[in-house]
Amino acid sequence: MNERNERIHGVACTFRKVSDVFHAAEKVRDAGWKNWDVHTPFPIHGMDQAMGLPRSPVPRLTLLGGVTGFITGCLLTWYMNSYDYPLIVGGKPYWSVIFPFPVLYECTILFAAFGTFFGQFIFNRLPRHNHPLFELPNFARVSDDTFMIVLEARDPQFHLDESRNFLQSLGGQEITVIRD
Amino acid sequence: MAHAHDSSSERPAILDKVRPAELPRSPLILNNRGFHWITDKVCGIVEEETPLWWKIMFGVALFVASFTFIGLGYLVATGTGTWGLRSPVGWGWAIVNFVFWVGIGHAGTLISAILCLLRQKWRTSINRAAEAMTIFAVCCAGLFPLFHVGRVWFGWWLLPLPNQNGIWPQFRSPLEWDVFAVSTYFTVSTLFWYMGMIPDLGTIRDRATTWWRKAFYSVLAMGWRGGNRQWSNFEMAYLLLAGLSTPLVLSVHTIVSFDFAVSNVPGWHTTIFPPYFVAGAIFSGFAMVLTLMLPLRAIYRLHDVINQYHIDNMCKIILATGTMVGYAYATEFFIAAYSGNSFEKFAFVNRAFGQYAWAYWIMVSCNVITPQLFWFKKVRENHSLVWIICLFVNVGMWFERFVITITSLANDYLPSSWGYYSPTIVDIFTFFGTFGFFSVLFLLFVRFLPLLPMAEVKMVAPQADPHAH
Repeated sequence: MNERNERIHGVACTFRKVSDVFHAAEKVRDAGWKNWDVHTPFPIHGMDQAMGLPRSPVPRLTLLGGVTGFITGCLLTWYMNSYDYPLIVGGKPYWSVIFPFPVLYECTILFAAFGTFFGQFIFNRLPRHNHPLFELPNFARVSDDTFMIVLEARDPQFHLDESRNFLQSLGGQEITVIRD
Repeated sequence: MAHAHDSSSERPAILDKVRPAELPRSPLILNNRGFHWITDKVCGIVEEETPLWWKIMFGVALFVASFTFIGLGYLVATGTGTWGLRSPVGWGWAIVNFVFWVGIGHAGTLISAILCLLRQKWRTSINRAAEAMTIFAVCCAGLFPLFHVGRVWFGWWLLPLPNQNGIWPQFRSPLEWDVFAVSTYFTVSTLFWYMGMIPDLGTIRDRATTWWRKAFYSVLAMGWRGGNRQWSNFEMAYLLLAGLSTPLVLSVHTIVSFDFAVSNVPGWHTTIFPPYFVAGAIFSGFAMVLTLMLPLRAIYRLHDVINQYHIDNMCKIILATGTMVGYAYATEFFIAAYSGNSFEKFAFVNRAFGQYAWAYWIMVSCNVITPQLFWFKKVRENHSLVWIICLFVNVGMWFERFVITITSLANDYLPSSWGYYSPTIVDIFTFFGTFGFFSVLFLLFVRFLPLLPMAEVKMVAPQADPHAH
């Protein structure tokens, strides 16, 4: 990368049809790009494979949340009804996993949902309101009916002119340079 | 589909001779509408100048909502004696209304979660509004138990916090389970609803022309950029939340039914309650979805995205769940007769022929008989009639909770302590007002948030298939 590229975020091109952007993405993947993305108004079926993306890591946080929730529920009910203020109800044991089970169940779901919800934000690096893409005049249509492939400057393969030509060869229209 | 043909060479030759018929699928989006049309249609609802009907409805809704606040204000200032509760009926309209509103919410979660897991693509057009309905219905539901505690300023005793004597809540009580179930339900539904809305909020942000609109929707959209790396995590999170909401929605009404079933009151102490309550909840919820969506569809001319196929499906779910509810009524009677328990037998004979027989027969006619009309295509295609039947279902399901709660308490074991419960004007005000409260929230949703999930509707359009020709 030369000095000129330091102020450049990447190059973008737009597509009008789902099948065009889909096949273009396959070619970018096959060319061995690492730092690039396909911006679409809706998730395209099969695009993860077309881009060669690994499975999303969100489920790990869901599992972590669920396990935390179950343990929290156990500790909560045990501490309150058995340790801090033992309650004698019908001569039953102070605590068992059975009687507060609905509470444990709901805590598991609640914490798993928090793990999923915040996991989505964490792995997507959101919220972020200052992304260079927002400066592109035609980016607004990407949330409507346009599809956009962005090749980022931090990819080792990136070279402004060659990447531009590459996007052109994929059939992309409106090729623009994104500045940081 | 290109992939299907590739493998045809390995298929047995006989399959080509007896080629199965291509079954036509009802299109989900009529008139071959494009992506931009969908964006314009949905964003247009938020972007247009506030329509007159909205202002009028909002005023009416605020006025009706004030009844709840007058009722609750009077209750708090005077005491729960102003409700019609007295021995032997200690659970009156408050519990009936609570179960009614929580039940309404269930259709939203069914549509957004269970139908998502079952890959029912038709859900996309209605899921956003149905989820909003869920959240607002749970808001209405929550008011009743909160004020039913009597001294509402001690409502925090329900939470896992020690009171001034260092005593904690008792987790053996189904009422405490309910606190966890309903608050989890509310929280998870809100997370699910909001997360699903982020891409659409991004679309509204990108179209915004005024600075305040841009600022408002930018904050809500969290900087969504629609990159496929984001979609990949988003879709996974969405699927997981659907997976988590599915056991949640089944557990919430199950636990609500435990409020009754765990007690020893004849007519309540039955194992059929959880499935019966869940079926009833979905039944009433779908009726409410249609009650709300049919007028909105007409006002905003959404006929291409909410078409006859969607309405047919919802009517059929109402028919199925209504029939299940009817079957549950019959099973209750059979088990009461078969149990050999005289109290249980009496409880059911008393429901149908006792002092609340009028309520029982309103319930049966609204819940079991009226939805049977949905067997007929002509009825399902007559939307005014569908709307009226849905109103009947709403009324019937309220009466179901009334019958369950009141008849068992008013006539339990000891005839000398029987009584007759009637609500007071305060009860009626409080309940009537919740329809206004619900409408205020729903109208604000319609005006300021994307009514239809644009991204999901686009996803089921035929041109969204990357292998389409």
